[in-house]
Amino acid sequence: MKIRFLCLFAIIAIGMPAFALHHDEYPVLMPPLSEGIFPCSNCHAGLEVNAKKRELKEEHTNIKLHHAENNRWCLDCHNPANRDQLKLANGETINFTESHLLCGQCHGNIYRDWKVGIHGKRIGNFKGGKKVYFLCVNCHNPHDPKFKPLKPEPPPIRPERSHGR
Amino acid sequence: MKMMSMGTVAALYLGSSACTKDKVEEFLQKNFREMSETEKKQVIRRLEETYLRKYGKKFQISTKRAEAGILWGYGLDLSRCIGCRRCVYACVKENNQSRVNPQLQWIRVVRLKKGSLINLENAEHYYNPETVPEPGFMYMPVQCQHCENPPCVRVCPIKATWKEPDGIVVVDYNWCIGCRYCIAACPYKGRVFNWSEPNIPVEELNTDVHYLGNRPRMKNVVEKCTFCVQRVRNGRYPACVEACPTGTRKFGNLLDPNSEIRYLIENKRVFRLKEDLNTEPKFYYFFSA
Repeated sequence: MKIRFLCLFAIIAIGMPAFALHHDEYPVLMPPLSEGIFPCSNCHAGLEVNAKKRELKEEHTNIKLHHAENNRWCLDCHNPANRDQLKLANGETINFTESHLLCGQCHGNIYRDWKVGIHGKRIGNFKGGKKVYFLCVNCHNPHDPKFKPLKPEPPPIRPERSHGR
Repeated sequence: MKMMSMGTVAALYLGSSACTKDKVEEFLQKNFREMSETEKKQVIRRLEETYLRKYGKKFQISTKRAEAGILWGYGLDLSRCIGCRRCVYACVKENNQSRVNPQLQWIRVVRLKKGSLINLENAEHYYNPETVPEPGFMYMPVQCQHCENPPCVRVCPIKATWKEPDGIVVVDYNWCIGCRYCIAACPYKGRVFNWSEPNIPVEELNTDVHYLGNRPRMKNVVEKCTFCVQRVRNGRYPACVEACPTGTRKFGNLLDPNSEIRYLIENKRVFRLKEDLNTEPKFYYFFSA
């Protein structure tokens, strides 16, 4: 566990682009943690745990919780005892690279599809080489998970325009 | 006799234009499926030299064969596609399609009114809103469906296009005469034609190519999606699968019971486009939600 955590830290420290991290069950991408924010314990280790639901005015002001926000607060998913980890509903703690376990607690049918490669995305070699799974959080912001609209790439040129030269 | 008359034709053809040994060899080149291994090597060497001269770039042209026990299949999740066309442009780049005059694209994303999926007459592929998805619409990318019973192959008068043992429908661009019967026969508009000399910025050329796939084409030949033959025969996903931001696109071996594609066929609501035509596409549209 410790080694894995160190490895995570090392990758962030050298500023390597997100890439595959060894994982027992699924080779996953690095979760898209904000730059310079990890390990969280850098700040949180010395702070008192405040479980009260409140507006964050000093830090993490960019986070607007829009994910069942009426029933939820930071410490339902983030481990209060060690902020470098996440926490499942049963109290078990997990690393950020296993966040799919956390999402799967509520989104069971999506999680089932993800495990077999139907929901979500995999890249790399499907045979013989390295395959990488996108984590839920690589596409969905965990604090505001709805997929945002995108600007489409340009439509094809109409034939009457390309031939009328 | 045939060789003799071909020789005469070649002589006539070459008599009328400035000619090189390469041109003679190109003219007399066999259909890819009839070439011996030595002949393939010669052709590849000649093509690599031609490309080097033309583009100033070193190409790696593969002739890798289909592996036994593989039949490629594609899955596309219509509940997830948002019509952003990232796949279209990733395909263009990976497969060295002409960018303008002619602009050739192997994927066409059509927009359909929600609730009228089967009515393709109302399909629109020039949609261009600020953002996608648009409320009330759904999007269906269409490309070569790699039919098990491909009408395009049947109509080709010179057998320049065929279905490989792993199910990919390919074209030998050097054998194609540009009659475009295949384009007329395809019910999916899966094929496009080089009406003029292709235009690709040299710096954007992909030099990792397959003879039957993404090598640069010439004027007067037909081209189409090959499931990225140059990638999938090396165990990589097609470019469109990797480019899709919503994970709409799935790919795998239909003969492998543990593949993603088999799972979705067995567990999701699946249909194939224009099934009634008996083309037996290996392209499965599905709904995950």
